[in-house]
Amino acid sequence: MAALPLLGCAGELSVLQPAGPIAGSIATLSWAMMIGSLFLTALMTAIFFFVVWWPRRAARISARAWIIGGGLILPGLVLPPLVVAAVVVGERMMPHDPVPRIEAHARQFFWTFRYPDHGGAETRDLLHLPAGQPVDIHITAEDVMHAFWVPRLAGKLDAVPGHTNVLRLQADTPGRLEGLCAEFCGLGHAHMRFEVRVHAPDEFAAAVAAETTP
Amino acid sequence: MTQDPIRLHKALSRIWATAPGFGRASAVNHSIVGMRFMVTAAFFFAVGGMLAMLIRAQLATPQSAFIGPEIYNQIFTMHGTIMMFLFAIPMLEGLAIYMLPKLLGARDLAFPRLSAYGYWCYLFGGLILLGALFAGVAPDSGWFMYTPLSSSTYSPGINADVWLLGVTFVEISAMTLAVELVVSILKLRAPGMTLSRMPIFAWYILVTALMMVVGFPPLILGSILLEMERAFDLPFFDPNRGGDPLLWAHLFWLFGHPEVYIIFLPAAGALSTIIPVFAQRPLVGYNAVVIAIIVLGFLSFLIWAHHMFTVGIPHLSLAFFSFGSALVAVPTAVQIFAWLGTLAHGRPRWDVPMLYIAGFLVIFVLGGLTGVMLAIVPFNWQVHDTHFVVAHFHYVLVGGFVFPMLAALYYWLPQVTGKLPMHRLSVPAFWLLFIGFNLTFLVMHWTGLLGMPRRVYTFFPDDGWTWLNLTSSIGGFLLTMGFALVAMDVFLQRKLGKAFRRDPWNAATLEWAMPTPAAPYGFASLPRVEVRADRLAPREIGPELAAGRGYLGHARNGWQETLGVHRTTGEPDQIIILPRPTYEPLYAGLSTLTAVLAMLFQLYFVALAAAVVTAGLFVWGARDAGQRQDHGLMPAGHGLDLPLHTEAPDPPPLLALAFALLATGTILASLLFGVVYLWLNAPNWPPPEVMAPGLLLPALIALGLVAGPVGARLARGSVSRGHAPWLGLAVQAVGGVAAMALLVLLIQDALPDPRAHAYAATSFALLGYAWLHVGIALLFVISNAQRWAGGYISPRRMLDLRLTRLWQDYVAAAGLVSLAVAMGLPALL
Repeated sequence: MAALPLLGCAGELSVLQPAGPIAGSIATLSWAMMIGSLFLTALMTAIFFFVVWWPRRAARISARAWIIGGGLILPGLVLPPLVVAAVVVGERMMPHDPVPRIEAHARQFFWTFRYPDHGGAETRDLLHLPAGQPVDIHITAEDVMHAFWVPRLAGKLDAVPGHTNVLRLQADTPGRLEGLCAEFCGLGHAHMRFEVRVHAPDEFAAAVAAETTP
Repeated sequence: MTQDPIRLHKALSRIWATAPGFGRASAVNHSIVGMRFMVTAAFFFAVGGMLAMLIRAQLATPQSAFIGPEIYNQIFTMHGTIMMFLFAIPMLEGLAIYMLPKLLGARDLAFPRLSAYGYWCYLFGGLILLGALFAGVAPDSGWFMYTPLSSSTYSPGINADVWLLGVTFVEISAMTLAVELVVSILKLRAPGMTLSRMPIFAWYILVTALMMVVGFPPLILGSILLEMERAFDLPFFDPNRGGDPLLWAHLFWLFGHPEVYIIFLPAAGALSTIIPVFAQRPLVGYNAVVIAIIVLGFLSFLIWAHHMFTVGIPHLSLAFFSFGSALVAVPTAVQIFAWLGTLAHGRPRWDVPMLYIAGFLVIFVLGGLTGVMLAIVPFNWQVHDTHFVVAHFHYVLVGGFVFPMLAALYYWLPQVTGKLPMHRLSVPAFWLLFIGFNLTFLVMHWTGLLGMPRRVYTFFPDDGWTWLNLTSSIGGFLLTMGFALVAMDVFLQRKLGKAFRRDPWNAATLEWAMPTPAAPYGFASLPRVEVRADRLAPREIGPELAAGRGYLGHARNGWQETLGVHRTTGEPDQIIILPRPTYEPLYAGLSTLTAVLAMLFQLYFVALAAAVVTAGLFVWGARDAGQRQDHGLMPAGHGLDLPLHTEAPDPPPLLALAFALLATGTILASLLFGVVYLWLNAPNWPPPEVMAPGLLLPALIALGLVAGPVGARLARGSVSRGHAPWLGLAVQAVGGVAAMALLVLLIQDALPDPRAHAYAATSFALLGYAWLHVGIALLFVISNAQRWAGGYISPRRMLDLRLTRLWQDYVAAAGLVSLAVAMGLPALL
């Protein structure tokens, strides 16, 4: 972790600078897996040069033991804890209890957000969120496939014509975040971004109400 | 049996020769065709590389004004398409075509004209895509062509048609070669080479080719459906009319995931061949490796949906696909540790191929581990469709395919050129590649984690991706220089390398037991293999074979002879006479090209005419195959007498047809999957109007379908009793024509407008499938009639009629299933 400032994890769209509990647990999982991957790559490289340079010592391990040890036991030690961790983190992300919903509708090349709990107010390329409170985003598409993604809050989910996908989001504190379309959708894809404004819970309703309903 | 090697060489060379100059276009020899595949693939690799350089130039700085999104979208789509379909697959096919007969101790592959036709399909399909690129109308919806973006509404130009038609054209090539390779491995080996004595490379290609047989059909079907939607407005993927864009995604990745392993396995096969040579001992864990690659093949078909974790699939399925994807690590690790164990128990020596193997190991292990990370759904949801994924699959594909293929290049180059390797350029070229690659793609993981999506033509200074992208671009140019150096190196080695006598690496497989560069006939006589075929002594076997002391060490009747063996035991069971060079594959390729181009420009009558001509060329090409007389048993050397393949009980074409049926059966299965998928998942079901054909019409169609197998049996019975097959052929012809006409009637009268709803569209596709296959059955019947009249069929030469019976059996079964589903679905709705 000492290398963090050097590498630079900060960024308005950085997965590694989470601004909510869901993105937070994924970031932790990411760090664990990245460090593990680098360690295993180094280990495998070391084993390779060990067997090439000191085959006589490496031959003390029988051929069968090489294959069973490396092919079955090593993955057997790594994979099960990983899959369990993934299920635990994944379960936490799933929408279980009913929470307020916001609708995100994608089309080439902009986003429309509707707030059914607030008289159906609509915003374009601007998403208002309450802080400290889970919200379900109901994602739909008008024309082609898009994907809804606010990297600092949660993973992405596709907007598929004819389907509705639900993504749970939660932001910790009021502030400004960025979101974008992550599924290639044509000429304007690179510019299909939106702003996320997180409000204190008591100011959220006022912020939405201030938007003119079309 | 001992003969003068020079005289035998001259006699065999005359028989197996291909004409020089323009006559080379008639080549069917595996060495020529295989080399053509590899050289053409290398050319397309260079084109794909240039496109990558344009991408990196554009992304080197934020808000670059170098290229706009119109061109950029074409460039990245074509980069992916070219690298997958025009480089990786043809390159591995070329290597397999070139090397397999040499490794297996055969003189050629089973169907040389088919490989030649496959090459022309590949070349022409590739040129269509390349032409579109230069005309500025290249595909621009991304290499997986997600619809509705690729539909006629959102991609109105011909760009998407170029992809669907061009790539399908190239896939014809892949399918022909898949069948060719499977059958050649199972039937054309050296005597005594049981399956478990095969060189490990043959196991890899066997599994790969089988995966191609069942892996490509979903995409072929998907492409046909999407092209029908674009051209004729049949709404397979339109959610407003009962279609579903996710069906395309499923069909694409049902192909796309196995594709990754189809690319990786042959490269791993090369590693499993090369590592033992440089470890100076046979591969350890041969059986474990064989099991691992078979398991890998199966697993790869179960986990396609891990490319679709973000489309919104049920959580239980997510867990299944996630676990399955992580499980892939096991058979992969088994192989890697078998290689490490081989080195550990050998006396490793260092040479250029080993350098690339070391590079492979580092890159591929990291790529494999980021693959395990991507199998973890929460992480996948974050980095899917970002540059992290771009970095991951470049690690897997460059690490798992390009580096091993470079090891293979340096290992087998002496076999191809007959020149000893030189190291002056090879080592700096490796380091340029290795450093350039890691500089480009290691930092790209980070770019993705910082939120940069893939397929964006530009970004902004505030995004924090500026330095990372510049670094990747610099690395990319180093990588390109590395490849240029490799190309120069290969050229120089070919020009300046010293000639050698035999087996410069001290290898233990058969391809080194022949003269280099390989003579057109390969082996002057065929060896008997009594041990595992990676424990041979080429330096001793080579002169023996050259002196004609093996099997078939003779030049007889101007025949191109090779041995056919029992599928598993490897005991010889026939002498196969292979076809001479011919322009027929080129003509068939050109007429297929005409059909594809006509479809591209929507000249459907021209396309239909060209398709009929192509079918006619296939029937015509078969007019004089085989023998006009019974030969009985013929001497094959060492006192062994064998029948010719025309009179043998298990000739290669029968097996080939079985695998072709497996392929088309997979197309039908994919279509049935599509029907069920739409019915259960798509919006706007049930359809407003369903089919009500009554019972008479379907019953008559069923009768026509059943006439096929009955007539085929009648024809066989007649010939085996010494009579002419006319009655049986007539029954098949009448039944087939009637079934086709009645199917048209059914579609016209009883089926609702296929443009109205996906239900009618899929029913139309099912009935069309049956119609097309009955049509092909009629081609079999025409060919049977022609060849009976020509004297190629006799009670002992029944192959034609056996093939027809097999095809008719399938068509009847598949036709009845299609009919039953199309008719039964409305009742279930």
